[in-house]
Order: sequence, then structure tokens, then C-alpha cells
Amino acid sequence: MLSIKNLCAKIGDNQILNGIDLDVKPGEIHAIMGPNGSGKSTLASVLAGREEFEVTDGSVDFLGKDLLEMSPDERARDGIFMAFQYPVEIPGVSTINFMKTAVNQVRSHRGLPALDAVSFLGLMKEKMKLVDIDQSLLNRSLNEGFSGGEKKRNEIFQLAMLDPRLAILDETDSGLDIDALRIVADGVNKLMTKDKSIIVVTHYQRLLEYIVPDFVHVLYRGKIVKSGGKELAAELEAKGYDWVKDSVAA
Amino acid sequence: MTTSAIDTNPTLLGVSPGAIDTIPALAALRDETLRHLQETGFPGPKHEEYRYTPLTRALEKLSLDDQADPTAVDLDTYTIPGLDATVVAFVNERCVTPMPEIEGLIVKPLQEALAEGKGLDHFAKIADPKADAFVAWNTLAWTYGFYVEIPEGAKLSKPLVILHVSDGSVRKAARNLLVVDRNAECTIIQKYASTGPATSYINVVTEAFVDEHARLDFYDIQADIPGQLHFNHARVLQKDHSLVNSYTFTLEGKIVRNNLELVLDGERCESHMYGLYLLNGDTLADNHTAVDHMKPNSFSNELYKGIMEDKSRGIFNGKIYVRPNAQKTNAFQSNRNILLSEDAKVNTKPQLEIWADDVKCSHGCTTGQIDEEAMFYLMTRGIPKATARAMLLYAFAGETIDVVPLPAVQKYLVQRVSQRLQRNDL
Repeated sequence: MLSIKNLCAKIGDNQILNGIDLDVKPGEIHAIMGPNGSGKSTLASVLAGREEFEVTDGSVDFLGKDLLEMSPDERARDGIFMAFQYPVEIPGVSTINFMKTAVNQVRSHRGLPALDAVSFLGLMKEKMKLVDIDQSLLNRSLNEGFSGGEKKRNEIFQLAMLDPRLAILDETDSGLDIDALRIVADGVNKLMTKDKSIIVVTHYQRLLEYIVPDFVHVLYRGKIVKSGGKELAAELEAKGYDWVKDSVAA
Repeated sequence: MTTSAIDTNPTLLGVSPGAIDTIPALAALRDETLRHLQETGFPGPKHEEYRYTPLTRALEKLSLDDQADPTAVDLDTYTIPGLDATVVAFVNERCVTPMPEIEGLIVKPLQEALAEGKGLDHFAKIADPKADAFVAWNTLAWTYGFYVEIPEGAKLSKPLVILHVSDGSVRKAARNLLVVDRNAECTIIQKYASTGPATSYINVVTEAFVDEHARLDFYDIQADIPGQLHFNHARVLQKDHSLVNSYTFTLEGKIVRNNLELVLDGERCESHMYGLYLLNGDTLADNHTAVDHMKPNSFSNELYKGIMEDKSRGIFNGKIYVRPNAQKTNAFQSNRNILLSEDAKVNTKPQLEIWADDVKCSHGCTTGQIDEEAMFYLMTRGIPKATARAMLLYAFAGETIDVVPLPAVQKYLVQRVSQRLQRNDL
């Protein structure tokens, strides 16, 4: 599904990614962990197409296409979804309104007819249940005045509506209490199928207790320095990131 | 008086006599106004109220074709679809629609009303000709316009639309006087159009008297006037418990100057002023607004928004006066702008003068660019750049359209504004 080779990226003069290699196959859940500043969120942003980052080397293949050549909206229509660490507040644009546009853009790209108002509402009601989000919230300006938990649930609601092939969850656990974390993780798990993949970017292990990864990668100074199964996350939690830093230095 | 602006620039003053020349009761006013205008001339670049708005210079350069014969203008192009209204249209200075007869109301050409002695107590008294040279010129030069009187307790069931069409390089001046008596209500919409590529000049002055418990909804829609030099001055006098809502939308024009002045000469008045200027090309739009709180316990609220693209320029000046006697005044003002290009400009100036001490007043103005982070967010959901941009700009502008109480007008504005915001070259 996704094949990243020697990906290097910088912002301004600041080189952040220094040769990332990663293969994600359909049905797999990968966790990217690492200390602050290791490049986790940069990796997520580069995959989503954020323009501030300049890719200096490497390649990314997504379903047979050169991902780096595509604009953020093309990537989304082809099936990449990023749940933001800090979802943007947009006054005057309601979630429902912009989701209607987004869903129909994605559908038209997939050769499906646009949803009429009734079908859209039906789809929305179904997905709302998944993340326990209230319609009144979705009628309001996007994320404006939402609590941290509401913003993250709204991200997963959008994920459910757009039905992507690859979901990238950027620090989705940050700012969530344990109940909200469980709701969000349950929602993600229900959406997971054999032909889909997830990349979970996180600093802490706790989200991985609910969204159980097949692979865990540790990112440090813009490189993957360690990969393993889900037990690696537990080991990191127990030993801390200094353990990784020391082993890299050694 | 040998070197006044008028003497040296015959273009500025009409060659044909204005309607005022036919009304003996106004002869003294006419002479005095002419004398005043000859003394002061028109505002140049150093004039505080016209610093950014070179209307005088543009008029000096304007060459007019007074012989232009109006062609057959398709009025349907310029009316608001689906709006159940009484429409009166003027092509150049000629009325091309029947004079409306609305039962219980007085609607007639202002010239006729003044000749009969109607409206003399308000004409040029609400809007002082000496306050602005272009108002003075209008007072001398107007040739058409309405006297509308809504008698006590009457409600104008349909909005009255006055459509000003300029066909060719013409100059015209119109004058309206609206008298809304106690407990009466009415909605007046002024809409403008200019045909072809020619530069035209229009100068419209509207005076309105809104008596106790009366309501006036007043619209100016400047949407089909490419290349027009446009001066529009409205001054409204409000009495106790009256309500005035004004909506000013500027989408086109070469230079558009709107003066909107509400005088709250009563207690418990309520006034709302909404404006949107959506500019591109080399359009300059200047909104000078003023709210004058003269008595206690009134409320005013103003929201103007601007989006400037290409080399366009927006100007906003918002005056709020709270007189010593006007305690317990609530007055709010907000002006927000988005600049879409390096060459676009905006000058915004709130001007609050408060002499009373127990009042609530606030103002705020902002100028920014389109929010790139929001653009990225929408695009990561599969929305193309041009659509994302249009969505964000509409979300910004929409606040001034959502408040429009007439559904057909709202729909029309949504469509016009959305159309302008959608670009396919991104």
C-alpha cells in the first residue's frame, strides 16, 4: 500500500527527516513512536502533503502512484487521511457543510454518484454513532469552541465519513481523557478492515493498548532506529526513550 | 470667485439645469449652495475625508457623451430573481417603468412633491449640502428621484426597488426623500447598473426621516457597475423607538464612495449597519459611515467586511459620536478585511468621539490574509484548492449576507458572491 524509501525532508534550513524507510501493507497497523522532536509529526505532515516541508531525497509510493507529486487534496481523494494533532478551527464553515463537499469530491473521484441530502444524512447519522458525537456539534462552525476531546472525535468522524485506504493518526491521544481515548480508539478499530492500513503516530504507549499495532517503529533524529512488534511499545514505556538514545549512541 | 473648481471644470457641474431650478421655494437654497460650492470646490487629495479616494481627479478626467441615446436595456438582467417587489427603473435620467401606484402611500417624483410643498421641511435639511461638496453638487444637479411617504401605521407590503441604469458615458444625479411616519414600515432597495465599457458617473443622495416606532430597511447593491464613478450619500434621521437596518454590498465599480450617516435623534432607537465590499481589478470602494447618538438609551451595531484582490483598494471609516446627553448608549463597530494579493490595499479607521460617561462602546478592525492552515486542512479532506479557498472566503463574507432578512435578496447575494469567489485558475 505505502512504500517509503530513504525519505529526507527539511523545513527552512532545519533537516528533520534523515532517510526513512517504511513499508505498510494492506491490513497492517504501524505505530511510529519516538521522543519529542524526533520527526514523528513531520513524517505525518509530509505524507499528507504539507507544503512547508521540502522533501530533499527519497520516494513515497502509494498504491502504485508517486505520492510526493500529488497535492494534498489529490492524496485525500486517492485514499489518504490524516487526523490532525491540532485540528484547525474554521469560523463560518460547519462540519456538515464541508463534509458534504468533501464526501462528494471523494465519491466523484471513485466514480460514484454524489450523495443526495437524504443519503448524506443517513451516512452521517451512522458515523456519528461510531464516535458518539452530537449533531448539534456538527452544525456548528468547524472545531470552534470544541473541547480537545470533541475535536479529536470530530477527526475520527471525518475519517469514518471519507473511508480512506490509509489513515494517519497524528498524536490523536494527546489531550484525551481515558473515556474519550476509548471512544476514539473503538471508532478507529471498527473502521479497520483487511484492505485498509493505519499509521499511528504517538509519544505514549497508552493509545496502543486500544489500537493494537502489528509493528512498532522508533523514530529518533529523523531515522527509524528500531522496529519490532507490539511488545516494543511496552518495552519503551518501561525503559523510556533514553534507552533508545543510548543504544543509538553506542 | 474666478478660479473655483467649478469654473475650471465644467464637467463637474452639470450643463443642464437641475430640478431645483424649477422650484421657487428652493431658490434661496440653490443660490446659497452654489455660492458655497464655488467657494470650496471639490475635495482634493489633501482633504481629510477624501485622502484615499481621488473622485474629484477621476471626474476631472472624465469625458462625457451627453448625446448618448439610451439603447434598449434588458432590465431583467439587473433585477433580483424571485423578489416580489415594486421596481422602478431609470435608464440614464428617464423613467422606463410606470410610476408605481401603491395604495395608501405617496410615491411620486421628488420634483413634483417639492413643487406641491411636500417634503420641504426635510429636503436638504437632513443632509446638509455644505457637509460634502458632492452632496452640494447633487442638490444643484439632481434631475430624478423619489419622494416616498409611508403614512402613520402603514406597511409597505413589497420592497420598493429603484434601479439606476447608466447607459454610455453619462453623468446623472438622483435624489430621494423618504418619510416613514409613526409606526410605519418600509424596505427600499437601490440597485445600480452600467452598460458597456464606458465610464459613467452617478451621484445619489437619499434623505430619510424615520419617525417614532417606525422601521426602515435600506439596501444598496452595487453589483453591475464596471467602470462607474459612484457617489452615494444616505443620511437618516431616527426618532424614538425607531429601527433602521442598512445593507451595503459593493462588488464592482471604478471608484465607489458610500457615505452612510445615521442620526439617532431619539431614545431607544436601534440601528444596524452591515456592509460587504468584495473588490478586484482596480476597483476602489470607500465606505464612510457615521452613527450619531444624540439621545440616551439607544443601540447601534455595525459590521463591515472586505475582501480585496488584484490591485483593488478598500477604505473604511467608521465614526461613532456619543453626545453628552446620550447616556446608556450601546454602540458597537467591527471592520474585518482580507487581502488576497500583494497589490491590494485597505485603509481602515475607526473614529469614536464619546462625550457621555455611562456608555458601552466597542470597536475592532482587523486585516489579514487567507488562513493557509485552514486551506491545508480542507484540502486534506479531498477538497480542491479553488473550492477550499472559496469556502473560506465565503465563510468570512457570509456573516454580512446571513443577516439579510429578504430570502430572495439573500439568495441573489449568495449566488453573486459565491460566483466571484470561485476561481478556476488555481
